[in-house]
Order: sequence, then structure tokens, then C-alpha cells
Amino acid sequence: MLRFVVRRLLLLAPIVLGLSILVFLWIRALPGGPAEALLGERATQARIADVRHRYGLDKPLPVQYWAYLRTTLSGDLGQSIASRRSVTSEIAQRFPATIELALAAMIFAIGIGLPLGFLAAKWYGSWFDHLSLVGSLLGISIPIFFLAVILKYVFSVKLGLLPSIGQISVLIDLKHPTNFYLLDAVIEWDWSAFWDVLKHLILPAIALGSIPLAIVMRITRAAVLDVQNEDYVRTARAKGLSPLVVDSRHVLRNAMLPISTIIGLQTGLLLSGAVLTETVFQYPGIGSWITNAIFNRDYPVIQGGILFLAVVFVLVNLLVDISYAILNPRIRYGR
Amino acid sequence: MIALVVVGASSGAHKASKAPKAFKTLVFGTASDPVVLDGALVSDGESLRVIDQIFESLIKLKPGTTKVAPGLATSWKTAGGGKVWTFALRKGVKFHDGTKFNAAAVCYNFNRWYNFKGAFQSPDATYYWQAIFLGFHNNESSDLSPSLFKGCKAKGQYSAQFTLAKPFGPFIPALSLTNFAIASPTALKKYGADKAEIRNGIFTPTGTYGFKHPTGTGPFKFKSWTVGEKLEIDRFAGYWGTKAKLGKVIFRPISNNTARLQALQTGEIMGYDLVAPQDYGAIKGNSKLKLLTRPAFNVAYVTLHQGTGSPMNDLKVRQAVAYGLNRTGLINSSAYPPGAVVAKEFQPPQLFGYAKKGVKTYNFDPAKARTLLNSSSCHVPCKVDFWYPSAVSRPYMPDPKRNFEVFKASLEASGFDVTAHTANWRPDYVGKVTNGTAGDLNLIGWTGDYGDPDNFLGVFFGTFSEQFNFHNNQIFNILQKARTETDQAKRVKLYEQANKIIMNYLPAVPYAHTSPALGFKKTVNGYKPSPVSLEPFALVSIGGV
Repeated sequence: MLRFVVRRLLLLAPIVLGLSILVFLWIRALPGGPAEALLGERATQARIADVRHRYGLDKPLPVQYWAYLRTTLSGDLGQSIASRRSVTSEIAQRFPATIELALAAMIFAIGIGLPLGFLAAKWYGSWFDHLSLVGSLLGISIPIFFLAVILKYVFSVKLGLLPSIGQISVLIDLKHPTNFYLLDAVIEWDWSAFWDVLKHLILPAIALGSIPLAIVMRITRAAVLDVQNEDYVRTARAKGLSPLVVDSRHVLRNAMLPISTIIGLQTGLLLSGAVLTETVFQYPGIGSWITNAIFNRDYPVIQGGILFLAVVFVLVNLLVDISYAILNPRIRYGR
Repeated sequence: MIALVVVGASSGAHKASKAPKAFKTLVFGTASDPVVLDGALVSDGESLRVIDQIFESLIKLKPGTTKVAPGLATSWKTAGGGKVWTFALRKGVKFHDGTKFNAAAVCYNFNRWYNFKGAFQSPDATYYWQAIFLGFHNNESSDLSPSLFKGCKAKGQYSAQFTLAKPFGPFIPALSLTNFAIASPTALKKYGADKAEIRNGIFTPTGTYGFKHPTGTGPFKFKSWTVGEKLEIDRFAGYWGTKAKLGKVIFRPISNNTARLQALQTGEIMGYDLVAPQDYGAIKGNSKLKLLTRPAFNVAYVTLHQGTGSPMNDLKVRQAVAYGLNRTGLINSSAYPPGAVVAKEFQPPQLFGYAKKGVKTYNFDPAKARTLLNSSSCHVPCKVDFWYPSAVSRPYMPDPKRNFEVFKASLEASGFDVTAHTANWRPDYVGKVTNGTAGDLNLIGWTGDYGDPDNFLGVFFGTFSEQFNFHNNQIFNILQKARTETDQAKRVKLYEQANKIIMNYLPAVPYAHTSPALGFKKTVNGYKPSPVSLEPFALVSIGGV
């Protein structure tokens, strides 16, 4: 197991290096440039040339990349052109929001997807099963962006039931010791703030959780169908155990292996991919931050943000693989 | 299921719950966070909007106009042929930190900017100082020109004397820029306003002044700033003038235009700037909302580049272009939002120097254009290369491709044979336009910074530029004279004269002035849109309070 983990961690280095080259080149292939972005509308060619020279943007690409790599390796992801703050500190401020949203979306997906999948398997072939399958197909097919826009329009703009933007109402003053707003509200013992943050989470979490919900439901259904026909389940039933005990101790527990794998993978995806949902709800996480950076040509943010998300994705995948190995002792990595 | 979750959680999601009792709170949606709250170091609208509420300049503009009025200076006079300016300063003014506003504070600020060194001399750090005063006491780059500003001396407690290297006509209007607002010297020193470095290629202030302690004399004082969430300013009870009617203003960054509109509809914000033209209907059609338009302060124009071998070297061809552009048809079409007007000169009509009569006009007349062409050096069909930018929208040019298509059709009906060219706005298109390689004709425009015609005519035609590629000493001399003249009446006449000559000579054809719009709740009163976006929130009240 240790060898497996070490090998996976060592593999991380070339992956991140390759990614850093790709992102570096991609940014430079975009029309416009950092000097133009810095100077904005009124830039003259002479001023652009001056800034390019001052900041070393006129040097050959390998020289620029080496400088970029050196600062990146030292943990410095650069400065945002728009906010003049360090990319690392902006990530530290915004990533908790993304984690909070991803977790809320997964709680929504698991809380609904797991029981639905289980019941669909139990009532295999029934109208409920068919309805669940159609529902999950819809969940996978409807683009998140579209669902987010619809949810926001109906529940915020038309019905006025939930907030349309942000993470907390601006009229509430909440200190942010952790930047996890729900946790901050608990630490500050401010329950009105807690409720307010929760309300801001609902619509984005539903939009973001729709695809994982459908996937969790389908995987649960398939896994339960698979397990409930196993010999040991039949034996348990024959022994006269109650259906509840059979389902909870034998069926669900054994079906959890593929389900937990898919939950891990989906969480990793959500952490690195809430771009559209965050943009529609103006949720101040990493996704909306990078989207804005792309529109504003904020190159250091695009570069640092994408690299950070890529590393998060790779690490989450690693964690999933490790947990898979722990859950399933039959798997022998590295042999 | 979704409905159940949502309904179960609802309880008036966005009701104001902690607003001060005596004074109300205005929540204003902005496109982004400010960069830093130090006027000398910014050029973006969102920073300037907030700074303008906390700080004041020596000169201010009458609300809703570009007319100058006393600010922290009560009067001013010039001597030495326009090189020396003496300002009488307002008494009894205090900064938010309790320190006194006086001549020493004024000179501290101006001398601070004049003596900027190192990273502060980068054009992205001090754009407006360099745009107005050109250079610094010790220029560290050969690209910088010698400074127009030569120093500020306190003559007693409430009199400050400025010395310029040469007379500069737009000096007084330029001082109304928020970039030249006066900050507390004590706070500037205490919180490291002069600490900055180039970090990974980006000019980065490293002190806390501009992020946590901006200290001016304005009707609002800084309270807090959580990036990405909100920036709060509170009413300053010790303000010297009419005190703010609001208790607090919260600026809430919402980068997406549709999200800003929806936040206004739901009541999460009470107003926002730069309403997209397609959203005008949604605001006008909502009985709880209102649309305010900002007086036009921009101009869209077609460059007529007089390059070697270009048909544009012939005045008759330029006149034919002017008659062949269907400007009225374009502005009245859905390509432009309501409030846009056909531009007849190169400056907005409300700015002084606009010639109200005696200016040659060019109504769309294809027959006249053809007649002119046939008597010119470029007979029908006269071949021209016409450039327009792609994938960009500017306030004065919402859909460049559409503008191009309308103009192409009208020019072809007028005897021209138009070849289309396009490029991305930055860096290709703007670069090509400014260095004169964007064909015979191209679409471009300008938004003004401050209320002086020099910021329009002077920028375009004050001297030879590769963009237009013409030498007309009559135009250059008048605009240079107007730039150094300090007698306002004489300046007005010079600019009127310049406008007439320019529209006869036709180095370009102006075609549109547009009015950006703001959306508000109907309960918000007293917001007076300014052509240069200097809008005092101190005048705003909610529901008559």
C-alpha cells in the first residue's frame, strides 16, 4: 500500500509539470497579453512595450517559463492583475467556499440518490423503478448551467423564496476565522447567519448536485441489484433474518464499494468543476473567480487557479484510489 | 422534491435585517471589487466610484455635469502666464482620522505623486498622473516626458501654490479627477501608502493603506472590505458640508450582468451601473424599478486614414465617405440603445467648446457622395479597405460588426467598393488602428476622462498621429493654443473654431454618442448620473428619508 501511495505521489510531479507547461503556453496563445490587460483601455503601443519590457514579457518563452516555474515551485502562484493580491491568498479565501458548495451538493446527491437507487432496486421493474430511471436520465442530460438558470429564475426572481447571488447577505456581519461560512457562523454562535448561509447554498447545491444525484442513484440501483442476488444474501434471508437486517447489514454494506468510489470521484469533480454553477449564482468560490479571470485576462489567476484545481483533482483521485484499496482488501496494488 | 426543499427553507431570504435605525443603507451592485482605494494608483471605474465617496479633490464637478465647482479649494487664481496657480483652501475641514486639512496636506499629496519612484513610475500604477502631468521629478524611464508639475508650496495654512513647467489649459478640470483627491498625510505615512513592489510582474501595493485605511475628507468614511463579498462605507458625521443622507453604502461585487439585473429584481441590491442595453426593457417594464441614463461622454467615429496611396488623401473622397455613411439609420436601428445620438462633432455636446452652429453637417446622401467621387481622384467604384474589431462590445459601439455591415451597405450604395477586414480588439485591432495599418477606414471610439475638450480633440488631433496620418498645422496650432490658454472664454472659442475646421477637413467621421444606463429601485432618490461617472452617494436617499 505504501509503495502504491509513494508511486502515485511521484507520478504527480510529471503530471503537474506537464500541466504547468500546457497552461503557460495556452495563456500565451490567447489574444491580448498581460501588458494590455494591465494597462486596460487606454494603452498606447509605447506604454504596452514599456510594460512588457519592465516585466520581462519580451524575453524568450523558455526564459519566461523558467522564471514562472521557479516562483511556482516556491509556492508563489503570482499576483492577480485585477485585485493586486497574491493568487495563493485568494485561493485560501475562496477554496473553502468551493468545498462548502461541493459538500452541500454531495449531501444533496447522496441524501436523495442513495435511497432512490436502493428503492428502485428493491422494487425492480415497478413504475417507481422506471420513473427513477427516467429521472436519473434527465438529471444527467440537463446541462447544469441551464438547470441553475431555471432554478434561480423560478425560486429567486419569480417566487422570491431564496437569494439569487452570493454566499451570505451583505447586511449580515459575520467574522470569517476559517472562511467556511457555515463553520464560521457556528464558531461565532450566530444562528441567523448560519441560516442565511444555508439558504444561499440551497439552489447552487441542487444545481451542482443534480448530475452526481443521478449517477449515485444509478450506481446504487445497479450495485444493490447485483448484491441482493448473491448467495450470502439468500442465506441470510433463509436464516430468517428480518428484511431490514438483511438490507442494512448484507446488501447495502456490500453495495457500498462501488457507491463510495463514485461518491469520491464525483466529489473530486465538483471541487474542481463548479465553474458554471458558481458563475450563475455569483458564488465566490474558485470557479467563478477563474471565469472572471478569463474574461478580464487576469493571466496569473488563470494560470495559478487552473494549476491548483488540477492538483486538487489529481489528489482527490489519489485519495479515492487509496480508500478503494482500504475498502476492498482483495485489491493488491503494486503487485 | 426540489420544490419541497426550497419552500421548506424559505423565509424571506433577502430582507434587510440589521440596517441602522436612523439612516438607511444602500446596497449597490458593482461589476467587480476595487483594485485599491488609493486614487493615485488606479484607473478603473469601480475603484474610483468608491474613492470618490471617501475622498475629495480641490475641484469638484457640479452634480450631473462637467462644470467645475469649488471642492476643497474655494477659489483659485493664476499668475506667471498660466504657470503659477494659487488655491485658497476650505477652512474647518477634517480628515476621517481627525487630522486637519490644510495647505501642508495638499502639498504633501501632490509632492508625493510628483516624487514617485521605482514601481510607482510604471504606467499601470500611475496612469492618470502620467496622462495629465506626463512625468515625475526624477524620471526613471526614457519613455517618460519631463513633468508638467514642478511643485507645490504652502503659503500659510490655507493657501497652496502650484508651479507648472508650462501653461496648461485643462489644469483646473483635470484637478477634478478622483485620482487627485487629497488624503490624510498622517494615514498615508502610518499605513505604508508608499510601499509597493513589482511582484511577479504586477505592481502591488504592500502597505495596508489602500486596503484597510483609506482616509479622506469625504462625506463617507471607510468601514470594511471583504474581497468578493462587500465593501462598506459609513456616513461621516464630521463632514464639513451637507452630510450624507444615507447611514451606510454597501458595494457588492457581482461580475455577471444578468446576475446584477436579477439581484435588482429580487431586492438583493438597490442599484447598479452599466445596465446592458438588452436589459433596458426588463427594468422599464418593472413598476418597482427605474432606469437612469448618464449624459453621453463618448464618441464613436470612422477613421479616414490618409496613408500613402490611400484615396482618403483627397478631401472630396473623405466628403463622399461622410455623405455615404448612413449614421442616422444606424443610430436609430436596434444596434444602438435608446438615448444614443448621431455625433456631429468629436466631443460630446454638453462639453464647452461644442460649436452649436456653423459646423458642416453630412446627412446621408448617396447621390451626392457619387457626384463627389466622380469629381475626385477615385472614381466610382472607389475601392476602400474597411476594418472593424471582432468579438468586442464597447459602450459607444455595442456591436461593431453590425455597424460595419450598415456602413458597408450605405457606402456601396454611394459608389464605394468596400473590402472587409477584421481582427481581435486587443492587441491586434487597436494596435493596427493606432499605428495606421488598419486600412483606409476603420471603426474606433473614445470615452472621456474629465470635462475638457482637450481630452477629446487634443487626444485625437492635437498633433500628428499615425492613426490619422495627416499634417494640418491649422488644426494642430489651434489645439495646442487651446491646451496652453488659461482664459476660459478664449478656450471656448478656440475649441468651437477647432470643431468647425475639423469637420471641414474630415480626418475622421464621428457618428455616435451613447448614454450608459443605471438601474435602481424606485425608492432610491437623489442619484444624479454624471457624464464622467462622478456620482455623490451623499445626495442619495431611500424612500424619502
